[in-house]
Amino acid sequence: MRPLKDALARRAMGLTAALPAALVVLIVAGLFLRSRAIVAVEPLSKLLFSSAWQPLQGKFGLLPFIAGTVWVTATALALALPVSILAAIYLSEYAPGWVRKAAKPVVDLLAGLPSVVYGVWGVILVVPFVGNVLAPLAGAASSGYSVLAGGIVLAIMTFPTIIHVTLEVFAAVPRSLREASLSLGATKWETTRHVVLRKGAQGILAASVLGFSRAFGETMAVLMVVGNVPAVPRSLFDAGYPLPALIANNYGEMMSVPRYDAALMAAALVLTLIVLFFNVLARRTLVRAERRGR
Amino acid sequence: MNGPAGRSLGRRKRADLFFRALAAASAAAVILALLLILGTILWKAVPALSLSMLTRTPKGGFYLGREGGILNAIVGSLELALGATALAFLLSLPLALYLNLYKDRSSKTAAWTRFSLDVLWGVPSIVYGAFGFIVMLALGLRASLLAGILTVALLEFPIMCRAIDEVLRLVPRELREASDSLGATRFETAFRVFTRQAAPGILTGVLLAFGRGIGDAASVLFTAGFADRVPASLGDPAATLPLAIFFQLGTPFPEVQQRAYASAAVLTLIILLVSLAGRTAGRKADRNVVK
Repeated sequence: MRPLKDALARRAMGLTAALPAALVVLIVAGLFLRSRAIVAVEPLSKLLFSSAWQPLQGKFGLLPFIAGTVWVTATALALALPVSILAAIYLSEYAPGWVRKAAKPVVDLLAGLPSVVYGVWGVILVVPFVGNVLAPLAGAASSGYSVLAGGIVLAIMTFPTIIHVTLEVFAAVPRSLREASLSLGATKWETTRHVVLRKGAQGILAASVLGFSRAFGETMAVLMVVGNVPAVPRSLFDAGYPLPALIANNYGEMMSVPRYDAALMAAALVLTLIVLFFNVLARRTLVRAERRGR
Repeated sequence: MNGPAGRSLGRRKRADLFFRALAAASAAAVILALLLILGTILWKAVPALSLSMLTRTPKGGFYLGREGGILNAIVGSLELALGATALAFLLSLPLALYLNLYKDRSSKTAAWTRFSLDVLWGVPSIVYGAFGFIVMLALGLRASLLAGILTVALLEFPIMCRAIDEVLRLVPRELREASDSLGATRFETAFRVFTRQAAPGILTGVLLAFGRGIGDAASVLFTAGFADRVPASLGDPAATLPLAIFFQLGTPFPEVQQRAYASAAVLTLIILLVSLAGRTAGRKADRNVVK
C-alpha cells in the first residue's frame, strides 16, 4: 500500500514539473493565436514600424508604443543603474553588519509595494515635481505627465531587482581575492573596482538586464504618470504611451472594433517576446557565472 | 609613496573616501525613497480615512463623491488573493518537493524547471492578464472572481515555488538519510519530514506570494471584473483594491481622489502586515524544526 501511494505521488508530482515550461509555451502560443487575425494580414514591418494608430480606420501601427516603452525604460535604467549598483557596493563592501541587516527588509518592502501604490505616489509627488520644478529648469513646458515622471517612478521600482541580484553576485566573489588585493596595499575602493567589479562584471550585466525586463513590462505605475499620448516622444518632458499601458487602457472597447483585440494581443506578444528574450539571456549568464564560481 | 597607478597615497585615500561616501549616499537614497513613498501615502490618506469607508460598500454616486466605502474591494481582494494563494500552493509545494526529493538536486530536469520558473517570474503581470483573458474566452468564463483567482494563481506560482524550493534546498541531507534508513518512502519523507522541517520558510514564501497577488492590478484588470457588491459566489465579478484605487484616482473629483489615497494606504498597510507576518512567522513556526 505504501509503495503504491509513493509511486502514484511520484507520477502526480512529476506532472507538475512539466508545468513551468508548458506555461511559457502556452502563453506565447495563446497570444500568437489570438493575434493571428492581424499578424497574418498586416506585414510585420508595418505593424512594428508604422506610427499610425487609428483603430477605427483599421490602422494599427505599434511604433509609438514601442518607442514609448523604450524611452521610459531607458530613462528608468539610466537613473536606477548607478544608484542601485553603488548601493549594492556599499552594502556588500563597506557597510557594517547591522546596516546590512537593516537594509534587507527595506529592499524587500520596495519590491513588495504594489505598483498602484507607486502610481499614486507618482501622481501626488513626482508628476508635479517634474511639471513645476524640473521642466521650467530645463526650459520646457510640461504637464508633468511625462516620460521623465514614468522613468523616475520606474527607476525606484527596479532598485530592488538590481540590488538583490548584484548583492548575490558580489557575495559569490571569493573573500580570499579581496584579502589578496588588500594585503598588497590596495585601498577598499581599488579592491572593489579592480577585483569585485571585474570578477562580477557579467553578473552585474545580468542584473541590469533583469532590471531592464522588469521595467519593460511594468504596467499600472507607469500608466498612471506617463501621460498616454500615442505619439513617439521627442523629449523627456513629452508624454509617452508604453505597450503595457496600451493593453491595459483599451481592454474595455477592444471587442467592439474589428481586429482591435488582435492588435492588442499582438502588442502583448511583442512585449512578451522581448521580455522573454532578455530574461533568458540574463538567467543563462547568471547560471554560467554561478557554475564558474564553484 | 606611490601606489599601483603611480598616484600618491593621499590621493588614493581621498578617492577611497569619495567613493565610500557616494556608495553610502546611494544606499541612503534607496532607503529614503521607501520612507518618502510610505510617508506621502499615509500623510495624504489621513484626512480621508474613516471607519465607514472600510465597512460600507459604494452607494449610488460613490464615484461622484457621494456616500459609501470600499468594503467591496477589500473583501474582493482578500477573497481573490486567498483563493489564488491556495491554488498556487497546491501546485508549488509538490513541484518544489519533487525537485528536491525525487530528482537529483542538480539533474537536468531540475535545472530546466528552475530555469523556466525564473523566466516565468519575469513575465509582466499584464501578460498574465492577457493570457488569463484568452483562457477565460476559451473556457467560456465571464470576468469573475473565479477567472481572477485562476490568473493570479498563475502569477503567484513561480514566486511561491521558487521561494519554497530555496528553503527545501537548505534541509540537511542527513535528515533525509535518517528518514530513508527508517524505511520511510519518498512520499513520507517529503510530507512528514521535509515539509515540517521547512515549514517556517514555506510560510514565508506563501505570504510573499500572497502579498504579490493582493497588490497586482494589471492581471485582474481583464479577468476579475469590477462590482459595487461584495461577490457572493465564484461566478460574480469581484472588485479589487488596486483597481478601486486606480478608478477613484481617475475621476476628476478631489473628494474621490482623496479616497483613492486612503484606499492606497489601506492596501499599503495590508502589504506591510503581510510582510511583517512573513518575517515573524518565519521565526515562530519552528517548533518542529530539527536544529
